[in-house]
Amino acid sequence: MGNILETEIDESRRTFLKVSAIAGGGLAIGVFLPAVSRFAEAAAPKQPFAPNAWIRIGTDNVVTVIVDKSEMGQGVYTSLPMLVAEELDADWSMLRIEPAPAAPEYKHPWFGVQATGGSTSVRAMWQPLRQAGATARAMLIAAAAANWKVDAAGLKTDNGMVIGPNGKKATYGQLAAKAATLPVPKDVKLKDAKEFKFIGKATRRLDTPSKINGTAKFGMDAKLPGLLTAVVARSPVVGGKMVSFNADKAMAIKGVKKVLPLKSPTSEGVAVLAENFWAAKQGRDALDIQWDDGAKATLSTAGMREAMMELVRTGNDPVSARKDGDVAAVKPAKTVEAVYEVPYLVHAPMEPMNCTALVKPDGVEIWVGTQAQGPDQAIAAQVAGVKPEQVKINTLLLGGGFGRRFAPDFLVEAVQLSKAAKAPVKVVYTREDDTRGYYYRPMAVCKMTGGLDEKGNPLSLTARTACDSIAEGSGMEGDLMKDRLDTLSVEGLSNLPYAVPNVLVEWMKYSPGVRTWFWRSVGNSQNYFFAESFIDEMAHAAGKDPLEFRRALLAKNPRHKGVLELAAEKAGWGTPPPAGRARGIAVAESFGSYIAEVAEVSIEDGKPRVHRVVVAADVGLTVNPDTIAAQMESAIVFGLSAALYGKITFKDGQVEQSNFNDYPVLRMNEMPKIDVHIVQSGEAPGGVGEPGTPPIAPAVANALFALTGKRYRSLPIVV
Amino acid sequence: MIALTVNGKAVQVNASPDTPLLWVLRDNLNLTGTKFGCGIAQCGACTVHIDGTATRSCIIPVSSVVGKKITTIEAVGASKVGKTVQQAWIELDVPQCGYCQSGQIMSATALLAKNSTPTDADIDAGMSGNICRCGTYNRIRAAIHRAAGTKGA
Repeated sequence: MGNILETEIDESRRTFLKVSAIAGGGLAIGVFLPAVSRFAEAAAPKQPFAPNAWIRIGTDNVVTVIVDKSEMGQGVYTSLPMLVAEELDADWSMLRIEPAPAAPEYKHPWFGVQATGGSTSVRAMWQPLRQAGATARAMLIAAAAANWKVDAAGLKTDNGMVIGPNGKKATYGQLAAKAATLPVPKDVKLKDAKEFKFIGKATRRLDTPSKINGTAKFGMDAKLPGLLTAVVARSPVVGGKMVSFNADKAMAIKGVKKVLPLKSPTSEGVAVLAENFWAAKQGRDALDIQWDDGAKATLSTAGMREAMMELVRTGNDPVSARKDGDVAAVKPAKTVEAVYEVPYLVHAPMEPMNCTALVKPDGVEIWVGTQAQGPDQAIAAQVAGVKPEQVKINTLLLGGGFGRRFAPDFLVEAVQLSKAAKAPVKVVYTREDDTRGYYYRPMAVCKMTGGLDEKGNPLSLTARTACDSIAEGSGMEGDLMKDRLDTLSVEGLSNLPYAVPNVLVEWMKYSPGVRTWFWRSVGNSQNYFFAESFIDEMAHAAGKDPLEFRRALLAKNPRHKGVLELAAEKAGWGTPPPAGRARGIAVAESFGSYIAEVAEVSIEDGKPRVHRVVVAADVGLTVNPDTIAAQMESAIVFGLSAALYGKITFKDGQVEQSNFNDYPVLRMNEMPKIDVHIVQSGEAPGGVGEPGTPPIAPAVANALFALTGKRYRSLPIVV
Repeated sequence: MIALTVNGKAVQVNASPDTPLLWVLRDNLNLTGTKFGCGIAQCGACTVHIDGTATRSCIIPVSSVVGKKITTIEAVGASKVGKTVQQAWIELDVPQCGYCQSGQIMSATALLAKNSTPTDADIDAGMSGNICRCGTYNRIRAAIHRAAGTKGA
């Protein structure tokens, strides 16, 4: 980017705008979002006017939108440009995207660090990107007004052009150089929703063409001259240490160049660096390593389960997450009690973890599919011994994220190995390495107790859940911990929407030494299984229909009620299902969106079979409805794989699963029909990537109860 | 050196004979559209055509495909069926993350080349070896039906 013409506007505003003239005479507009989180203030100094931009308009009429969020399938490379294009009145065919570099300007306005997660991309960027587009448009109009010597108020824009009196027209490219010399307007008016041309209209994804012919570049596809591929032997036992190794057999393999010990905060082991993946993997498999298994050598799922059962039944000193009324004082006519459990889960995105790094004396360059450019930059700097601004991160496409690519392990290894080898290094995890990578959704056990009066009205509900903390050690404690409470451990329980006068939600922290991590929808993924299964049990105990029981308790939560009713209606709730099938329902609010799902199931060959899922989604204002439908389908498949198959178990301190043969996921022949109904809403946008996941497991379990009369309180479901 | 025919071109590669075809394509020939997903023929991300048959390249030693016609995602659009499948994928915006889609398209093209009007059961049989963690299965199914409907038109 060339010479910068900086214009600062009122500092008290949340959003700062910057305009700069770019090489070639274009116009660039930047919006800087000051950090709002405590974490951010500590992590990076404020640099409000670094030379970066959200929009570049070239003299060739190409509008480039710099996207600060990572594309992992959720559609941000289309939905975020749509926000800009809307206010800019851009010609969509001339729109291009460019992944943002790691830089302070691109700090997530909520997280305070540059990152993609929490189903926040549209929610956080909804206003700033529109403002950036509207500002650019106002300046292009001002440029045309100056050129034509007319009043700007009389000019219009459409499809990448300013339109003046007597058929005068100028393309944005023709006006860009002039616009870049003009002052930045302080207040630009955003469009009213009824004027939207892009927002709310199903729009083709910009990334599809490259994803159907092999040209899309994922992290795994990074290539550099002299690149070495590293495959790493990591401790097979949780927390094990590498004592010694013999590399003779590995070095004898053709193509193997180096064998290096690896000790990092995230992993420990031995790396084999070779000319290509196959040689590196052969070398890794030929290593002779002595491990010290350490204190976790006897860790087992059975033992952990026993400890967690004990905690929810008789454990002392729980952390209170919600307390309404006094559950102990209630004298119910009927008491319902149930204990639920879910296992550890791995994300298993299609692209195994990988990262390419080149460490030089004056800096580091990284090529990676990551959800966390901000933290990555800081960590890489630390590992390489350079300043964060000396770390350049090239974000490539992510072959699935689901939270896993928020973790730094693969990046730390690549930087460390490149530094040690003095060469560019690509660390590649095999699928087995990925499955055993120890970034897991926590195992959890939850005891639920409910009290009903003689008419079947709920008087009390107690939830006590035992699981490990995700927030602790994540680097985001400031935002996620409230005193002793990891808010993620109880999300989906503590926000119980039903009108129950006495509610107690408690967390028992259980830390067996297995690293836990964000997994699509995080705590909601297990807690709504507990809550929505248990509400169904209470409805049954009250002798009421599961839909009616919920509806009666949601008078004060119209968005929950709205989606519940819509899903029920579209699914034909109350009409007989096809022979041999039954329906179950569940509703969940997460990430600012409200989703109800009705699952229609049967049992075939001794296994649950989900035939159809009807989804009602209130995600607030919709940007790209086609993406929203796709994300609902995606979230359901993800949750269904977990509900029917997903489990990571431990024996003798080691993970028992390894690959898709023993960590199965849903396949084409098991795919239900999914009908998505999107509520037209005037509310602000909610999240889209994750909220479809939480309701599916309870909807299926509740349907199986309706079918068999048996409760399924443990995931994955075994009938 | 091993002599191969990849995407209609004769190429020579310097690789040990037991190297899986996948890594020869990716590391030796820079054809990175074919993806590594599992390494044990469980996920289908590495699917290529060997003499027109959908094959998991992650477990096929390169020595076993000498003298055969290897087609990858980079060239599948050269065939009428492949082009039609790619077009259907675009029209229905099938991909999400996209990582599995090369393999999905290779499997779908092989299916349609042998069976121009597949039923849902045929699609289940032909496509269940390809995992998609983003859950694009229903769009894949719809795109195969669409490609079948327009094929030859």
